[in-house]
Amino acid sequence: MTSTIEAPHTMSATELAAVRADFPLLERTLRDGRALVYLDSGATSQKPDVVLDAEQDFYLQRNAAVHRGAHQLAEEATEAFEDARARVARFVGVDDDEIVWTTNATAGINLVAYAMSNASLGRGGEAARRFALAPGDEIVVTEAEHHANLVPWQELAARTGAVLRWIGVSDDGRLRVDQLDQVVGPRTRVIAFTHASNVTGAITDVAPFVAAARRVGALTVLDACQSVPHLPVDLHELGVDFAAFSGHKMFGPTGVGALYGRRELLAAMPPVTTGGSMVEVVTMEATTYAPPPQRFEAGTQMVSQAVAMGAAATYLSDIGMTAIAEHEAHLARLLLDAVASVPGVRVIGPTDTADRLATVSFVVDGVHAHDVGQVLDDAGVAVRVGHHCAQPLHRRFGVAATARASAAVYTTDEEIEVFREALSGVRAFFGLEAPASNEGAA
Amino acid sequence: MTTAMEQLYQQVILDHAKHPHGRGLAVAPVSGVLSAESHQVNPTCGDEVTLQVDVDDSGVVRDVRWEGQGCSISQASVSVLHDLVVDQPLATVGDLGATFRALMQTKGAGLGDEDAEDALGDANAFTGVGKFSARVKCALLGWVALSDALIKTGASADKENA
Repeated sequence: MTSTIEAPHTMSATELAAVRADFPLLERTLRDGRALVYLDSGATSQKPDVVLDAEQDFYLQRNAAVHRGAHQLAEEATEAFEDARARVARFVGVDDDEIVWTTNATAGINLVAYAMSNASLGRGGEAARRFALAPGDEIVVTEAEHHANLVPWQELAARTGAVLRWIGVSDDGRLRVDQLDQVVGPRTRVIAFTHASNVTGAITDVAPFVAAARRVGALTVLDACQSVPHLPVDLHELGVDFAAFSGHKMFGPTGVGALYGRRELLAAMPPVTTGGSMVEVVTMEATTYAPPPQRFEAGTQMVSQAVAMGAAATYLSDIGMTAIAEHEAHLARLLLDAVASVPGVRVIGPTDTADRLATVSFVVDGVHAHDVGQVLDDAGVAVRVGHHCAQPLHRRFGVAATARASAAVYTTDEEIEVFREALSGVRAFFGLEAPASNEGAA
Repeated sequence: MTTAMEQLYQQVILDHAKHPHGRGLAVAPVSGVLSAESHQVNPTCGDEVTLQVDVDDSGVVRDVRWEGQGCSISQASVSVLHDLVVDQPLATVGDLGATFRALMQTKGAGLGDEDAEDALGDANAFTGVGKFSARVKCALLGWVALSDALIKTGASADKENA
């Protein structure tokens, strides 16, 4: 699907400077006046002015309750809210009514899992039967999943008696697509998998997963958190049934995310959170539910954040996702080269740039990831340390924790050089030799 | 490196991290003492420690054994804890734990209390950790395991006075 980008990055120095100027936080300094080198965009991205302005503008100019009230302000607020939904839908290649607002990606995945749970209890009637799980049915995940796309499925299995099975990960951090035939079978009801690993940076070839699911009539649920901010993503083209992503990783605010569901599936799916705003007719005896997406948006929504997430989608589209992907492929090459240049440092994940994000996790022999992070922080370099909410994947590689450098469109070559230089001093700081050979880690 | 880093990673800490004291768990029960074990994990980073403690019938900590994996701060802290509490009465161990926790809350300033500093010995090297709020949990991991294990032994600090 995604091709390797061998060409030099197409973003000029002037364009990159213009992008960076959109992110005021990147200009701040740290302790002792050091410049910030933010390589933790995989955890959360920084926010451009247009996103902050959109949220503020909503409160300053258009704040009112949406989808109720007949006054002009309520109309304008509703328009802003629905316009944001349309922007996010366009951004991922789907129709407006196929986007459900959630508080984050975790909530989106849980929404699908709990809707299946409710369907398993008979809620939603005949139409919802395809979401129902029975004892012995199977849920397939992968060993590379963020806990957000693993634990909800473990819980669903525990509630329904379904069995959790999984696809493994190869030594270079790729999903073992070759295992699909063994793992996916006639009892498989859902396949949940990541579009791009938040640890290895490996981008998944979605097609074989969708094909395997279709062969057995299973649903597909894609964790698109890490892909959507960095690659052109067309969910209709990918053919998945559901996909979840968060606003805050794609230059939007926290507190908002989106769940994509194929129209006919959302229409058949029973609600999860119930209450105001998601109903048609309520009597003391029974309630009928609104069509999607409102059926899944009970209670007052995070309107200003949704509006700002819409602005973030437009911001990304205006730069162009292809240009972003090309610039980040160049950054991935630089990050991999930087890590490879330092003796005693090992990458967890693919070391080639094909189908990979500019997200590079690594271990420094003899030095714990926390200590690595502390030395990098001393140089102003912000990386993530720990298991990155993916403990099984770390266990797969026999490590408890890694350090992770993750770039975004605003990352520069010079920043990666600061990172490289700081990384090269880590082993010496802890009194370890820096020979060409990798001596044994403690 | 900056001063803050030198304060954080004092030589004492680096030495304990490299050559930890008290490492290695007992596989068989230890006779003649009240023993208990505690396993503690720092969920944000996956650092962990399993700590065993033996208390004799006069209320003295006879031994501390542990295994763990994690950053130099967490591992060195358990090693220093071992040296501080072995052969100490429970009341003293309780005071040491409280003093160390208090030290971690001083944001690197130190307790400014000579008696407390004397009592803490090598543990004073962790004063700089308090400047880095994300690392305080690392330094406390072993102490949390010790408190938990001591509760599990059922031994009480009053025994020595009984």
